[in-house]
Amino acid sequence: MRWLDLFRARKPAQASAASAKERLQIVLAHERIGRTREDFLPKLQQELVAVVARYVAIDPNKVAVNLERGGDMSTLEIEIELPGPQAQRLEAAASR
Amino acid sequence: MAEVIVVTSGKGGVGKTTTSAAFGTGLAQRGKRTVVIDFDVGLRNLDLIMGVERRVVFDIINVIQGEAKLNQALIRDKRVDTLAILPASQTRDKDALTKEGVRQIIEELSRDFDYIICDSPAGIEKGAMLALYFADQALIVTNPEVSSVRDSDRILGVLQSRSRRAEEKLGRVKEHLLVTRYDPARVERGEMLKLEDVQEILAIPLLGVIPESESVLRASNTGTPVILDPESVAGQAYKDAVDRFLGEKVPHRFLEPERKGLFRRLFGGRAA
Ligand SMILES: Nc1ncnc2c1ncn2[C@@H]1O[C@H](COP(=O)(O)OP(=O)(O)OP(=O)(O)O)[C@@H](O)[C@H]1O
Ligand SMILES: [Mg+2]
Repeated sequence: MRWLDLFRARKPAQASAASAKERLQIVLAHERIGRTREDFLPKLQQELVAVVARYVAIDPNKVAVNLERGGDMSTLEIEIELPGPQAQRLEAAASR
Repeated sequence: MAEVIVVTSGKGGVGKTTTSAAFGTGLAQRGKRTVVIDFDVGLRNLDLIMGVERRVVFDIINVIQGEAKLNQALIRDKRVDTLAILPASQTRDKDALTKEGVRQIIEELSRDFDYIICDSPAGIEKGAMLALYFADQALIVTNPEVSSVRDSDRILGVLQSRSRRAEEKLGRVKEHLLVTRYDPARVERGEMLKLEDVQEILAIPLLGVIPESESVLRASNTGTPVILDPESVAGQAYKDAVDRFLGEKVPHRFLEPERKGLFRRLFGGRAA
């Protein structure tokens, strides 16, 4: 029998329910917006990658997208691995 | 080559998604490169249970329809680095899921992962059929309750007749029984089917018994797969099941009612 259990019994339950509410509010706010107008983030990402591809030969598999939706603010992080000068020179040589 | 494992039940709400999250996380904790795919198109939930709901950009349908690369749709877990999640679509309908599309995704994932866990939706409609179609092994999630046992039997029949392994005569899908929401106190009072009864009726090898536990709700509240809670009896039972799956001999626990100490009895509080 752990004495601590007596004091811990209530607290964590409350904390976790509050976290459930907060997570739901954020995710549902985003989903409800998505119902009335299309979620532009996927399209934005595609167009950004297309623009970069016009300037540098990139491997679409080397594009990492990270999104973190928040209540007040979301962050979209797009990591595009650009080929180094060496790879570009090789490519240029090959196409000559 | 990856092993494809479907988590299925026929019946709804028995603990498939809880199991997919816990079992997938457990395999990844053991160093296995593991991806969990949500097949519940239209009603995605795995993202919430695994706590990655704020990070979903693309989903399995985007990949099938060529709108995103598989790599972009995969969400890498921040707690266990060998774990990834492929979310279901919340807005498209089930028909967007195609056998050919799923085949390509599984083929591509097979190159980078050791285990592909398919979280099936309830029922035996398209989503459930595609979740089990490519399976090499199946976790049959069953509650000790008449309708759940019957539905599990039904799904076992489907696995052995309509999976790819059955159709292409590649040998049986390996079945594992996972009894969840087991309440030993109610079993003792004769209110709930005994483990032996469920085993006798379904007659497939037992992988584990997950007790009914309050910690499962706490885990879903916070988006933490329950196996990451070391105090939780359900989490410990899932860990045992993963160890058994990986070939270790682990005795079954939590099959007897908890004998409460005096203070617990006075102040309440059920299984962690
Ligand atoms: N061992 C357990 N102890 C207590 N509650 C549990 C346990 N396992 C699952 N639950 C609860 O049962 C409910 C259904 O669980 P879950 O969503 O995992 O089922 P499912 O089979 O995926 O459902 P669906 O068929 O709708 O996809 C949830 O509220 C979950 O918290
Ligand atoms: Mg589910």
